Amino acid sequence: MADATFTHTTPRRIWPADAAGPRPRKRFSQRNIIIYSLLAVLALYYLLPLYVMMVTSLKGMPEIALGNIFAPPTEITFEPWVKAWSTVCTGLNCDGLSRGFWNSVKITVPSVFFSIAIASVNGYALSLWRFKGANVFFTILIIGAFIPYQVMIYPMVILLREIGIYGDLSGLVLVHTIFGMPILTLLFRNYFSSVPEELFKAARVDGAGFWAIYFRIMLPMALPILVVAVILQTTAIWNDFLFGVIFSRPTNYPMTVQLNNIVNSVQGVKEYNVNMAATLLSALVPLTIYLISGKLFVRGIAAGAVKG
Amino acid sequence: MQSNVSIKNLRLEYGPVAVLKDLDLDIGKGEFLVLLGSSGCGKSTLLNCIAGLLEPTDGSIFINGQNVTWAEPSERGIGMVFQSYALYPQMTVEGNLTFGLRNAKVPKDEIKRRVAKASDMLQIQPLLSRKPAALSGGQRQRVAIGRALVRDVDVFLFDEPLSNLDAKLRAELRVEIKRLHQRLGNTMIYVTHDQVEAMTLADRIAIMRGGVVLQLAAPKEIYNRPAHKYVADFIGSPAMNFLDAVIDPREPLIARAGDLAIPLEHYDFERHGHTGPVWFGIRPENLATGDAANSAPVQVDLIAELVEPMGAETLVWSTLFGTPFKLRMDGQARIEAGDVVRVGLDPKLASIFDKSDELRV
Ligand SMILES: Nc1ncnc2c1ncn2[C@@H]1O[C@H](COP(=O)(O)OP(=O)(O)OP(=O)(O)O)[C@@H](O)[C@H]1O
Ligand SMILES: [Mg+2]
Repeated sequence: MADATFTHTTPRRIWPADAAGPRPRKRFSQRNIIIYSLLAVLALYYLLPLYVMMVTSLKGMPEIALGNIFAPPTEITFEPWVKAWSTVCTGLNCDGLSRGFWNSVKITVPSVFFSIAIASVNGYALSLWRFKGANVFFTILIIGAFIPYQVMIYPMVILLREIGIYGDLSGLVLVHTIFGMPILTLLFRNYFSSVPEELFKAARVDGAGFWAIYFRIMLPMALPILVVAVILQTTAIWNDFLFGVIFSRPTNYPMTVQLNNIVNSVQGVKEYNVNMAATLLSALVPLTIYLISGKLFVRGIAAGAVKG
Repeated sequence: MQSNVSIKNLRLEYGPVAVLKDLDLDIGKGEFLVLLGSSGCGKSTLLNCIAGLLEPTDGSIFINGQNVTWAEPSERGIGMVFQSYALYPQMTVEGNLTFGLRNAKVPKDEIKRRVAKASDMLQIQPLLSRKPAALSGGQRQRVAIGRALVRDVDVFLFDEPLSNLDAKLRAELRVEIKRLHQRLGNTMIYVTHDQVEAMTLADRIAIMRGGVVLQLAAPKEIYNRPAHKYVADFIGSPAMNFLDAVIDPREPLIARAGDLAIPLEHYDFERHGHTGPVWFGIRPENLATGDAANSAPVQVDLIAELVEPMGAETLVWSTLFGTPFKLRMDGQARIEAGDVVRVGLDPKLASIFDKSDELRV
């Protein structure tokens, strides 16, 4: 035994030589316990506000007035949710958040679709076709990604006014599509750059043109990155407040702007339960997307090389 | 011989770097031409130019007598097989085979007929409904060859099709490609840096270096009469031995290397009367040992420094006049490191290259 510690000739047994059956599960080690308790504390810390919002939105105003924000509701009521959705007043309109919700849908769906459609073609052309001036074009796009939004807002307002769609939903869709372009193009360009060049060459020998290669070969391969792009864009556009406030008129306000108007309204009593319900309602869409697509998202981000 | 693919003055530059330098090449109908050269010499570039996947800076390319320099790849009557297989990952094997035909709007029953023929030839019928991810490397390469086959073209281009495969599969598919060529009689242009593939497959080999063709000849000719020192060095394994030698103008039929005087009366001169410093090259397998050594025109005693028995043959490493010298002996020869071996050297089997232009003397 003693010389085993000094020479390297005796191999140290790590697992029993007669091991059979399923791999033995590791029990909690001290290190794991520390890690898990730390994670639990962090999770609690982040879940607590959600919990407070949830219980508050289910209480009536008298109960809220008692002031104990952590107490569960003694009497559950969905009244605040209904009110937030359909009757609460924002400015002149008294049809609740539902208006903002549908506005947001009308803004988000086309914006996501157009921005991804255009950016994926951009990325495909930039990475595989290498046309003249491709590098210049790409550099301009990248610079575009680093220019602060504030610089472009005023010119954009004038531009939209000149075209005649300032305040319209279509104007907002256009703005979102344009502002999503640099980062999405970069995303798709990098993805398509990892596609083996020989695949592209083979398709050209097979007589496929620009669009045939894009639709029949590249797009089906790009599914993981499409999922990533959809998630990124949907959450970004749904959560957008700045462009919504600037580029739309009150009847077209997206949900975020409407939520702000409800929560920050200065008239009357603050209805905390309605505010909480409204906030949860507007967070619902991004939350759902994260929940159903979390796994796909990670897979898409991790998908670097594409093997033929 | 009627020429099928003809390349005239082809030049390709990336900015200031010329990758192909005014290259000329004529490939006969039904010929199997191998482009051989070390990495980066421009083989793939040349092939891509022929395929129409790269635009040449200058020069022209003719296929079947037509100038196709600016034609689209699909209009040139070529099929191409790539090193990485390049199968469309989202399509089945059948989808891969038929993609080009569908693009060309070939009638359905014609597509069916061609797929049946190609898959029969390559024995891939059982795989037709699978996706490429579910195939082995050898199967993938068969499908890739099939994809070129169904196009029913005159010219096949192969870019190192076997180099991703293991040794055994490579040998199998090599034979299969050779058989395919005999059966179809197409023109094939085949890029490789494997000299065994080149020697076994080719009707003619073009050895490239730095964007030019150094020698274009049949495999035997390339092996026996390399036109350039680089070619001599590149072909043959183990590589040719080179001795530092001089041909004195006063006695132009004697090459002196160290204290050896090698008579050149029987050497097959390319350039008669050439004199000056030269490389005297002789292949390890052309050196005689044992009794045969004693009857050779030039004899020299070597000390075996390292012996590598390889079964059928034994490789002996030694040094002659300060340069490494290899010698290939029969596998049954009894020899050990430290032994003295008498070696016979026949100038008829040698290759001599001028030291300044490295061309054959
Ligand atoms: N896009 C490019 N820009 C600049 N130089 C390039 C480019 N593509 C290739 N080259 C250069 O051209 C030369 C020839 O490349 P090529 O791919 O034809 O080599 P090869 O003979 O096929 O080599 P290998 O056996 O490694 O495949 C190389 O030196 C390479 O560096
Ligand atoms: Mg190559």
